[in-house]
Amino acid sequence: MIKIENLHKKFGKLTVLDGLDLDIKSGGIFAILGPNGSGKTTLIKCLLGMVIPNSGEIIYDDENILHKWQYRNKINYLPQIANFPANLTVNELLKMVKNLRPKASNAKELISMFGVESFLSKKLGNLSGGTKQKINIILTFMFDSDLIILDEPTTGLDPISLIQLKKIIQQEKAKGKTILITTHIMSLVNEIADEIVFLLDGKIYFKGSVDMLKKQTKQTDLEHAIANLMVKENV
Amino acid sequence: MYKILKYSIYDLLRSRWSYVYFFFYLALGFVLLFLNNDVSKAVITLMNIIIVLTPLIGTIFGVMYYYNSKEFTELLLAQPIKRNKIFMGQYLGIALSLTLSLVLGLGIPFLAYGIFKSSAIFDFGLLLVTGSFLNFIFVALAFNIALSNENKIKGFGYAILLWLFLAVIYDGLFIISLLVFNDYPLDKFSLIATMFNPIDLSRILILLKLDISALLGYTGAIFKQFFGTNLGLFSSIFALSLWVIFPVFRINRKLKKKDF
Repeated sequence: MIKIENLHKKFGKLTVLDGLDLDIKSGGIFAILGPNGSGKTTLIKCLLGMVIPNSGEIIYDDENILHKWQYRNKINYLPQIANFPANLTVNELLKMVKNLRPKASNAKELISMFGVESFLSKKLGNLSGGTKQKINIILTFMFDSDLIILDEPTTGLDPISLIQLKKIIQQEKAKGKTILITTHIMSLVNEIADEIVFLLDGKIYFKGSVDMLKKQTKQTDLEHAIANLMVKENV
Repeated sequence: MYKILKYSIYDLLRSRWSYVYFFFYLALGFVLLFLNNDVSKAVITLMNIIIVLTPLIGTIFGVMYYYNSKEFTELLLAQPIKRNKIFMGQYLGIALSLTLSLVLGLGIPFLAYGIFKSSAIFDFGLLLVTGSFLNFIFVALAFNIALSNENKIKGFGYAILLWLFLAVIYDGLFIISLLVFNDYPLDKFSLIATMFNPIDLSRILILLKLDISALLGYTGAIFKQFFGTNLGLFSSIFALSLWVIFPVFRINRKLKKKDF
């Protein structure tokens, strides 16, 4: 479904992606892990066309997507930080994003799921951080796309919403969607991820299931296995 | 682009600052008219304020809006829409809402005073047109600065410097150069130097239309010869348009290679 070949990206003198190759098959939850600054967000932003790579190719659904924009209609993206125009109401924001995407949406179900009905006519500037993140999640999941990209989806969520979020992710997976998640919360990875993609120094350092990772690093829990991966490279 | 423009205008028109800006012009218009009791004089005083204030507010608003909506812009960038449409929508949104505050804020008091019966209607119209031009020019320049600087503080700093340079320092340098090269014919030089500063250009355009150029001496006569004619009017409006087109063009070029 996604095929990334020899992707390079430099920011000034800093090399972030250094000949990255990645092949992601359709369906399942992929956790993109790596230490801070390993290029997780850059990788995702390359996929979305927000960062323009120095060289390399990204193929999505048999189409080279560099310098194109129509393909983004087939991707749902949850950005790390939720910040919206302060003077628009939640309803207007939902309408605006629906307006930008020529495809069906179902916001109603999600709105009642996260219990934000009472906020719909409130201005976005008056909402708390957690409520904004809920709106952010609704905006992401209200469209039906084959690829869903979540960048640190759990920030600021209360436990109930976190459970709801996990439920939605599982539902989407059951529909055969491909879900990419970056996170630092290992319990979440352990719970939902089918495969782990571990980035280090701008390259894929490990790709495989959680069990494979544990076996390879001879650790019993995921947190230590990941720590082990990071340390190994540093020595 | 129109979708983005529509919502950024929705957002901005409800912002407190748009109201503050609108009521400021409204109050200014009423006070000047009823104190001066003369439309032409009010237009001159207004010109002095507009020519300095609109660029300042335009730059600050432009830079502030860009940095404030950065995260939301990232969300928009992930939608199926071209980059330049997002930024052009936002740019037009800011420039239009500022222009609306200006035109309505000044238009209402002048209408109430009976501008249509006055002979100064053309001067007043020209004042609003140049004010609007200055809005579009300085918001575009502000976007250029913000796009080139990831660092907010630096961006604000450069924006203020730009305003200070064009509104104050440029004139200083201009006058110094006129004094130093007093012995040479300077009319062509000053005419061209004026074109390179949208604030000076607007000021002279209005001053000469107001027919007080006699106060400006010899150079004033040359300027009157040029700016006072229709050719001068059109070529200076053309120059102001270029001041909009080039920064907008650069925004679009910069966007093609920019990483967010």
